[in-house]
Amino acid sequence: MLHIVNKSPLDRPSLDAVLQTAEAGAILLIEDGVYAATKGSAGEAKLKSAGGKFKLYALAPDLEARGVADRVMDGVTAVDYAGFVDLVAEHKASQSWL
Amino acid sequence: MTIKKFMFVNRKAPYGTVYALESLEVVLIAAAFEQDVSLAFMDDGVYQLKKGHQTKGIEMKGFEKTYGALEDYDVTKLYVDSDSLAARGLTADDLCVPVEVMSRAELGKMMEDQDVVLSF
Repeated sequence: MLHIVNKSPLDRPSLDAVLQTAEAGAILLIEDGVYAATKGSAGEAKLKSAGGKFKLYALAPDLEARGVADRVMDGVTAVDYAGFVDLVAEHKASQSWL
Repeated sequence: MTIKKFMFVNRKAPYGTVYALESLEVVLIAAAFEQDVSLAFMDDGVYQLKKGHQTKGIEMKGFEKTYGALEDYDVTKLYVDSDSLAARGLTADDLCVPVEVMSRAELGKMMEDQDVVLSF
């Protein structure tokens, strides 16, 4: 399952909900969700606490728009829109945690 | 015209919602009416000031430059909550304009001192 999160981890509990609910799979951070992947943030701590259970991705155009493309935490792969499509195609199902 | 003290409280990240852009629009209007304007940035609002916005990829208008132009409108009172920066791995050096970093309690006192507080 591909879990898509578009909300900031410090503004909404969407990412928390994924981490508490899902056992494995991939998490794609988009829009304000990308802040979770930034070094030194509370969101990074949440992702690290998941202990490698998930493959982690963040949408590069959203990182760039917010000025945080140069501070993505280790273990997160930046993808472009084509990569977003590939991830959706690769997984049996996608879930957007709004 | 009576000059009132207006504070704009910004608590949302830019681009994901329209709040940040709308706040800037109203700030510029208040400044055009020569009001005593100050801006507070707290919670995800501190992300608005993160330097290096490149919005071409998301096909939205970037508004980082507008923060830099506020000075031309005599809007120079920008206050940022230190705890909000720290929780996001940011420092004042990461921001695109000069600001005054302060505690939440100090921000609270600033709010008490206003005639009008508008929250975005």
